[in-house]
Amino acid sequence: MNFETTIGLEVHVELKTNSKIYSPAAVEYGDQANTNINVIDWGYPGTLPTLNKGVVRDGIMATLALHGQVRHHMHFDRKNYFYPDNPKAYQITQKDTPIGHDGWIEIEVDGKKKKVGIEELHIEEDAGKNTHSPNGFSYVDLNRQGTPLIEIVSKPEMSSPDEAVAYLEALRQRIQFTGISDVKMEEGSMRCDVNISVRPYGSDQLGVRSEIKNLNSFNFVKRTLEYEIKRHQRVLMSGGQIVQETRRFVEATGETASMRSKEGSDDYRYFPEPDLPPLTVSDDWIKEVDAEMPEMPGARRDRYVNQLGLSDYDAKVLTQTKEMSDFFDETVKDGGDPKRVANYLMNDVNSYLNDNHIDLPETKLTPDHLAGMLKLIQDGTISTKMAKKVFKGILEGEEPAEYAKAHGLIQLSDPAQLQPIVDDVLDKNQQSIDDYKNGKTRAVGFLMGQVMKATRGKANPGVANKLLMKSLNAR
Amino acid sequence: MNFYDTNLTQVHNDLVNKRISVTELTKETLTNIKAHEKDLKAYLHLNEDAALKEAAALDKEGVPADDVIAGMPLAVKDNILTKGLTTTAASKILENFNPVYDATVVAKLNQHHFINVGKTNLDEFAMGSSTENSAFQTTSNPWDLTRVPGGSSGGSAASVAAGEVLGALGTDTGGSIRMPASFNGIVGMKPTYGRVSRWGVIAFASSFDQVGWLTQNVKDNATLMSIISGQDKHDMTTSDREVPDFAAELNDSADVKGLKIAVPKEYMSDDVDAGVRKVIMDAVKHFESLGASVDEVSMPNTKYGVPAYYILAPSEASSNLQRYDGIRYGFRAKDVKNLEDVYVKSRSEGFGAEVKRRIMLGTFSLSAGSYDAYFLQAAKIRRLITNDFINVFKDYDLIIGPTGAHPAFKIGSETEDPRKMYMNDILTVPVNMAGVPAMSVPAGFSEGLPVGLQIIGKMFDEKTVYKAGYVFEQTTDFHKQHPQLGGQN
Repeated sequence: MNFETTIGLEVHVELKTNSKIYSPAAVEYGDQANTNINVIDWGYPGTLPTLNKGVVRDGIMATLALHGQVRHHMHFDRKNYFYPDNPKAYQITQKDTPIGHDGWIEIEVDGKKKKVGIEELHIEEDAGKNTHSPNGFSYVDLNRQGTPLIEIVSKPEMSSPDEAVAYLEALRQRIQFTGISDVKMEEGSMRCDVNISVRPYGSDQLGVRSEIKNLNSFNFVKRTLEYEIKRHQRVLMSGGQIVQETRRFVEATGETASMRSKEGSDDYRYFPEPDLPPLTVSDDWIKEVDAEMPEMPGARRDRYVNQLGLSDYDAKVLTQTKEMSDFFDETVKDGGDPKRVANYLMNDVNSYLNDNHIDLPETKLTPDHLAGMLKLIQDGTISTKMAKKVFKGILEGEEPAEYAKAHGLIQLSDPAQLQPIVDDVLDKNQQSIDDYKNGKTRAVGFLMGQVMKATRGKANPGVANKLLMKSLNAR
Repeated sequence: MNFYDTNLTQVHNDLVNKRISVTELTKETLTNIKAHEKDLKAYLHLNEDAALKEAAALDKEGVPADDVIAGMPLAVKDNILTKGLTTTAASKILENFNPVYDATVVAKLNQHHFINVGKTNLDEFAMGSSTENSAFQTTSNPWDLTRVPGGSSGGSAASVAAGEVLGALGTDTGGSIRMPASFNGIVGMKPTYGRVSRWGVIAFASSFDQVGWLTQNVKDNATLMSIISGQDKHDMTTSDREVPDFAAELNDSADVKGLKIAVPKEYMSDDVDAGVRKVIMDAVKHFESLGASVDEVSMPNTKYGVPAYYILAPSEASSNLQRYDGIRYGFRAKDVKNLEDVYVKSRSEGFGAEVKRRIMLGTFSLSAGSYDAYFLQAAKIRRLITNDFINVFKDYDLIIGPTGAHPAFKIGSETEDPRKMYMNDILTVPVNMAGVPAMSVPAGFSEGLPVGLQIIGKMFDEKTVYKAGYVFEQTTDFHKQHPQLGGQN
């Protein structure tokens, strides 16, 4: 029996606004528990939400970045449920009138391109965080309470785990390029729920779906979907029925486990939020946000290839993250040769980041320092070999020219300075001169080595070699 | 000291001219309140120490001549947050709750250095029509101590009617200012929804709740309303409309000549006591004699008001009251085993019967299986009722009718039958559904008990409501009659 799979994804993206969506408290991570909160976040009696217009702006931007339609008239809804990390006991969200709808993104799997539809985008608030301690107590930190989120709901238009991962990668990339979110799954600023169903090939009815919540890496999404496809197929082949339910991924076993069935699910008792008036988004506002839209990865790739002469491959690698792409643009702007900048970023910089498991912004490397170092290489001030040392310096925030000078990494390129050294080496190595004259060309290598040794590696090899050959032949 | 037959301006002049100090005025006010408390039980907490401290400070600085409420003793309903002063909404679940911030209305009054004498009793979370639903005490009607003061702002109304203060803050979700004003023979105004900030007002039903004043007379009410009105950045449902000086035109040259007034026949049905109807008919004739024209109109959806209100308001309440979970503040049940226990026991022991009834009504109305049949239908009725008002206001300046269908009833007489109790709101609820402003003014007596005339205006046209109320008051004597109370009167 052959099966086909239908996958839909719900992605939560945390926005980088200064303050929360309904309160003026700061959005900051890593602070002491319950410090970025006020009476609104506490769900204190008498408090009312005030809508952060910046969140609406980001919602418009996300919608536009995903080729969606922005709604002009909308309201907010309450989703009611009790939990200690949810102090009002309701979440203010958009159920009936999401800010964005009918978007799409293009994905590519095995060289095949496909558009995946986006059902809707809505803005809402995040909950706080519960920590369960082995001592039997649970602790509530409300710092995250009220952090603005955008939930992006795809249409059920993916048919394999690879397509799902490609969708997530494309989505992350586009959102990242808008600058509204860090979209880091490992830090929770991007979270994913998957919906999956399996049906016999050719069946006109979708199978019963499972929802798997809170997946926090692309790898988990892939493994979850692979496991679920097998589980659904196994149940269907043995004549059984899939139960509509919410499941969770168990990291240790790579399997999924049931959380609750549809019957046991909460009744959220949605109704229109009475504390926030209906919201109108004007065409002018949408145009304004559109004008602020940063260049998207596709446009950047085209520019890199057509204007800067990079290869398709290099352009693709450089635009994988906004950080890298921005860094590339800045370095070129600071005078770096595009191809050299691309090479350095893709090789030395990337391997440094990978070896140390860090991201570009976590280093002290700046575009003007990198551009400066590349210029030193280009004009022969430093050798590519010395550049490796200078690179270590600029990773620590050092100015390349000063660093090279202070650490004696400047090349000796002046023939007037090099000639006496060459002469001295030749004077001391008559045997090598004789060898050379007798056709043993290896002797040149030895003599060059002596020149380098005498200059402690600082001689410009090109210039030194030229002088050496000239002097050698003259003897 | 009592505040019968005086007003803000007179008392203010006495303070400015030092005929009485703020301290003396505050002390006498507190003495008078305390003398009545045994009978009335109007206050949940007196603010004696802080009030006298504020009074002493004002005496030292002198009362500014241009600030009519500086040093003025006024009372605050106990569902309005007062920083550092216990605020309970008359619920056990907030017993000993000490707010860390002031409601916007209180902050505005503080800027004018009013003297907050204390927090008045109410039905728990403002849910009720008699103040019998207070978790702590039942307030009596000063006209007849065996009768209710109405609700939910019953403490504020009884205190004003007893002459203890010139004004007290109330809240009105379905009639909670106007109905007690009617039962106590005083003035009570619910302004337009969005006129006054709800920040710091313990929510009952957010799309209905509005703060207003209960006062001895119309002009004081208008003066006080201007102070608390206006857009608030903390409350996005407040309007950016300019706030006029509501009292500016309340003087000898005010008149109602040419005003077009409507009386809905549905407000004068047989469900309304004959004695009340007579009072209202007399008021109609009075307005006509003053040069206004009065016509009967129909507002056909009036009868659906109470059923729809008792779906919509409890729905919002069921959500608003979920935050009282025993976790962060307020009452927490003892002997709990786990999280669910904390929720269930704290809420079971912390809320009273009427609050629980409404939480259940609302939870049911919003649940997946009944939302369309209940909440959505009720929301549609709300629109129809609003349309009734819009239609009438195309041709008329004001709508008048009774505030309540009958005068104050006996304590305990309606507590066994919630449906009967809910029907007390039949003439006040439509106003909250539509969001329009409405005021109750003393219009006469039935069986020796006060009867209020309800004057309803267009959205944000409090000015016309105040003008009609002022002219009516100044050309009648009903507001000059006061209950006879024991104590220092």
